[in-house]
Amino acid sequence: MSLFRKLAVTTAMAVALLAGPAHAENVKIALVVKALGIGFFEAANKGAQEAAKELGDVEVIYTGPTDTTAEGQIEVINALIAQKVDAIAISANDKDALVPALKKAMDRGIKVISWDSGVAPEGRLMHLNPSSNALIGNMCVKLAADVMPEGKGDFAILSASATATNQNIWIEEMKKVLPNYPGVNLVEVAYGDDLADKSYREAQGLLQKYPDLKVIVAPTTVGIVAASQAVADAGKVGQIYVSGLGLPSEMAGHVKSGASKSFAIWNPIDLGYSATTIAYHLVKGDAEAKAGGEIPIGRMGTVKLDDNAEGAMSDPFVYDASNVEEFAKIF
Amino acid sequence: MTDVPTHSPRAIPDRLDTRLSRGLRSWEALLFAVAIAIFVANAFASPYFLDPWNLSDATFNFTEKAIIAIAMAFLVIAGEIDLSVAAIIALASTAMGAAVQFGIGTPGLVAVGLAVGLLCGAFNGLLVCRFGLPSIVVTIGTMSLFRGISFVVLGDQVYKGYPADFAFFGQGYVGWVISFEFVAFLIVALVGGIVLHRTTFGRKVYAIGNNPLAATFSGVRVERVKFILFLMTGLASGIAAVMLTSRLGSTRPSIALGWELEVVTMVVLGGVNILGGSGTILGVVIAAFVMGLVTFGLGLLNVPGVIMSIFIGLMLIGVIAIPILAGRVARHRRSA
Repeated sequence: MSLFRKLAVTTAMAVALLAGPAHAENVKIALVVKALGIGFFEAANKGAQEAAKELGDVEVIYTGPTDTTAEGQIEVINALIAQKVDAIAISANDKDALVPALKKAMDRGIKVISWDSGVAPEGRLMHLNPSSNALIGNMCVKLAADVMPEGKGDFAILSASATATNQNIWIEEMKKVLPNYPGVNLVEVAYGDDLADKSYREAQGLLQKYPDLKVIVAPTTVGIVAASQAVADAGKVGQIYVSGLGLPSEMAGHVKSGASKSFAIWNPIDLGYSATTIAYHLVKGDAEAKAGGEIPIGRMGTVKLDDNAEGAMSDPFVYDASNVEEFAKIF
Repeated sequence: MTDVPTHSPRAIPDRLDTRLSRGLRSWEALLFAVAIAIFVANAFASPYFLDPWNLSDATFNFTEKAIIAIAMAFLVIAGEIDLSVAAIIALASTAMGAAVQFGIGTPGLVAVGLAVGLLCGAFNGLLVCRFGLPSIVVTIGTMSLFRGISFVVLGDQVYKGYPADFAFFGQGYVGWVISFEFVAFLIVALVGGIVLHRTTFGRKVYAIGNNPLAATFSGVRVERVKFILFLMTGLASGIAAVMLTSRLGSTRPSIALGWELEVVTMVVLGGVNILGGSGTILGVVIAAFVMGLVTFGLGLLNVPGVIMSIFIGLMLIGVIAIPILAGRVARHRRSA
């Protein structure tokens, strides 16, 4: 027992020495990701560090399990609770299994938010979506209109499967904003089932069927690559442009060849930046994560929360020749 | 228990030991020293380590796996292995989740979880003991089979809605910071230790692991003992399934993915001979603590998980290599 006491005393001294006054005031925010070593999350960490620099008194702990399991994330959460971090911002591997562990964290006074991949409402204060369906739909049409001569012309959509919920919602949102773009005309929605070969054939079909086609919009990462390839193979680069949602690493070549001028997807750097900033404001108590509330997110403006305490960060980020190479290295 | 052996069953004399390897046989002593060293190092490395609540939280990282490891130690000592344990957790958890949908209460859920564990163990045991198939092949097969059934049933869906009092098994505390899981682990370890080291059944397990043929001729019903061991491992996996499901409050088919290797790691780190014939429960228990302390301590320092894996891998290689190298040195010396 005396050994234990000796240990305890030594440790207490070590604590006093290590935890200087500078440390004590820092807000400790843990950015927990699905797994370490994924480019997308490394980029989010870059954004978190940027936010930390901007806010000043923040220490970001970037952590996550080795592989994308809920059990691994729970071990990480336990370690963070033990360190008495002030906030946890997590991209969850499992919406439900993390709830008990995160509830425990909240019981011990830690502010918990989820970002990118959400946690069930009872396990977090709020969730930050990278964007919203309405913003995505609008961005897709806007990108199409931007490359049409005088902003007028025909475009077709190359979707995944006809039953994919998110695809259908985005297509619906695109149709809703069409009246805002006079002269922009949707001729057909084709379905490539998120298969590279089928998407390619569907894109070829669109090119043959509509000689006046100006743009193919593919709000799917498989479709946008296949459509770009089809346009390039058909020798229509410069006449028909491909746009939609894609990954910079897969699209860099097509932007270079000219088959695609620009496309959109979330920006992980902005996401990490925003999650960190939100966590900071919640810890400081100058913002509240309640349904219908608003939280400032620095250079990204503000995020408005809906009835489920979920908010959308911003418009999808646009990638073109000026930045696609840089982001292709990330994800 | 009138036939309590006076010797430790470890002293079965059909393995002749050199003096040096006998010294190393107090593997538990060495491992215990390692555990203490890690504990002290952790206490110095992080100011948050010596906190009763934190230490209590740390035990959740290994108790479920350690319970399986104790049952697995029996199997490995008997010269068999069960790689389907994590898949059994998945299937048992899925069965409990399905039972919830039928409105079954907490006692019923626990019964379902344990029963599925036993059934899976019986299935493994049947294939190995009745049909004489190698256990490593059988359980690699059932590993895919059991988890496959979970995936077929659940797909990308989730079972939740477990009753509130079900949460006790994975989140409850018996008193102060002592969790139910930790107490269950200690009880299983105690029972396991008594059965292995203080009963004839335990002696039979060692005898089978050392030489199954000799054991058969000595009147040991080898296949029957092995079948019971598979049942035990299945039951332990069922217990772990109840606790993990309760701790997560939900079931997905990916639950406990990859745990079989961590369980085997604990067993081997605990000094159990992977070829069978020797090992102790105390060693496995200390190994569980060592692994728990290492992962939690490194977690407190926010060391990336990859580094932890490397650390555990090196520890494991060290554990397997040291006795073999020591034996070689001893033999060399004797012949010189």
